[in-house]
Amino acid sequence: MRVGVLALQGDVREHVAMLHEVGVTATTVQRPEQLDNLDGLIMPGGESTAIAHLLGTSGLREPLAQRMAQGLAILGTCAGLILLSTTVIDGRLDQWSYAALDVAVRRNGYGRQTASFETELDVVGVGMVPGVFIRAPRIDSVGPGVDVLARHDHGDGLHPVLVRQGAVWGASFHPELTKDTRVHRLFLDSI
Amino acid sequence: MSASHGGSTVGSALVKRGLADMLRGGVIMDVVNPEQAKIAEDAGAVAVMALERVPSDIRRDGGVARMSDPQMIKDIQAAVTIPVMAKARIGHFAEAQILQALDVDYVDESEVLTPADEENHIDKWAFTVPFVCGATNLGEALRRIGEGACLIRSKGEAGTGNVVEAVRHLRTINAQMRRLASADASELFALAKDLQAPLPLVQEVAETGHLPVPLFCAGGISTPADASLVLQLGAEAVFVGSGIFKSEDPVRMANAIVEATTHYSDAAVVAKVSTGLGSAMRGAETSTLETRLAERGW
Repeated sequence: MRVGVLALQGDVREHVAMLHEVGVTATTVQRPEQLDNLDGLIMPGGESTAIAHLLGTSGLREPLAQRMAQGLAILGTCAGLILLSTTVIDGRLDQWSYAALDVAVRRNGYGRQTASFETELDVVGVGMVPGVFIRAPRIDSVGPGVDVLARHDHGDGLHPVLVRQGAVWGASFHPELTKDTRVHRLFLDSI
Repeated sequence: MSASHGGSTVGSALVKRGLADMLRGGVIMDVVNPEQAKIAEDAGAVAVMALERVPSDIRRDGGVARMSDPQMIKDIQAAVTIPVMAKARIGHFAEAQILQALDVDYVDESEVLTPADEENHIDKWAFTVPFVCGATNLGEALRRIGEGACLIRSKGEAGTGNVVEAVRHLRTINAQMRRLASADASELFALAKDLQAPLPLVQEVAETGHLPVPLFCAGGISTPADASLVLQLGAEAVFVGSGIFKSEDPVRMANAIVEATTHYSDAAVVAKVSTGLGSAMRGAETSTLETRLAERGW
């Protein structure tokens, strides 16, 4: 299995280390031809505006859209989730996204950095995993074709934090910042 | 300081360092107003540092340099969606408390401002907001981490447009880490004493070969080639101060440094973005400076 990690900006190294830990060779993706022959792709955490900008300047934006249309398996964490979403709330006026995952996300929906938090999440089919949320996007709503794999109650009711629509997965949190590889395994097992 | 409510914990070392992890491979730009902050965000900056004067102007104007006016920080927070950092004077924990109350995303306890305490840095463990601190060598970096810093930047010599000090500091930190990695366990006690650094942190670096927090580079970066240089020397992201808004064409310079930071090991990309950029900031020879900012902090 060949899995790429989009390596334009963000916590690329942690995702590469996670893949290594579960015995998958990761390739880093900075140029369009590096998308060839991939079975899966991880879009890491980072700043979604910076990554979106760099997708444009690197020439990856359209080729990646084509691979998504062909059904490439993708896991986006935090900024990666934002880039995959259909609707982005509280973003820049010109913020674009791939609309590969039918969810509405609110950028920095839990607040600024002083509100960043750690908690425990119950993931369907996995059990309790650590959830690290850094200036995280909050999933406000999901479309009918979206499976919710984990929810969190931040004092105002349960809402989704890990979702899947076919081959496309999105997490508000950062499984890659912990030592727990089970969310990555769950994604890889689906490929 | 971490605190728990309803099963969630804020302010833990993991979430503080986590934001620094998210900034890796990016450019953090000094901005003095919302218009510059928008230019930075448009160009792909991962964060902005809100301050009243860029370091080259602080150097020119002289006088005491302090924390920025809260109104100016709020205006910049309202203008962009990316993280906003702000500077507090070394040891000035009351300025840091104000910045935390303003909900900035990172506090830079910075030698660019006039130090408020010549013996003690801020106890950064006491805060929910994370701190970045400058360092010229490994001992200084580990002392700051011991005090709770979650991100280290090599100091360089801010406001000069001259990368020579940043290179010196990065090379020094890396050489000292290599020395620790090759030492045997019984040598680490004496090395910790020489570095004047906490022994557990010295042992951790000896074991892992790198700092326990990300290492970024600051001070004197003013061209795409400078960014490529310091990233190849092991920096994980760059702070650019005067280098963008003191250049001839800030929009192009900002875009070029962002692209060079992502593709730092691809000389063809760095060459392309360096072409026809206009002049970089004028810069200064560091041997002729009256004030060496890097000597502030200890």
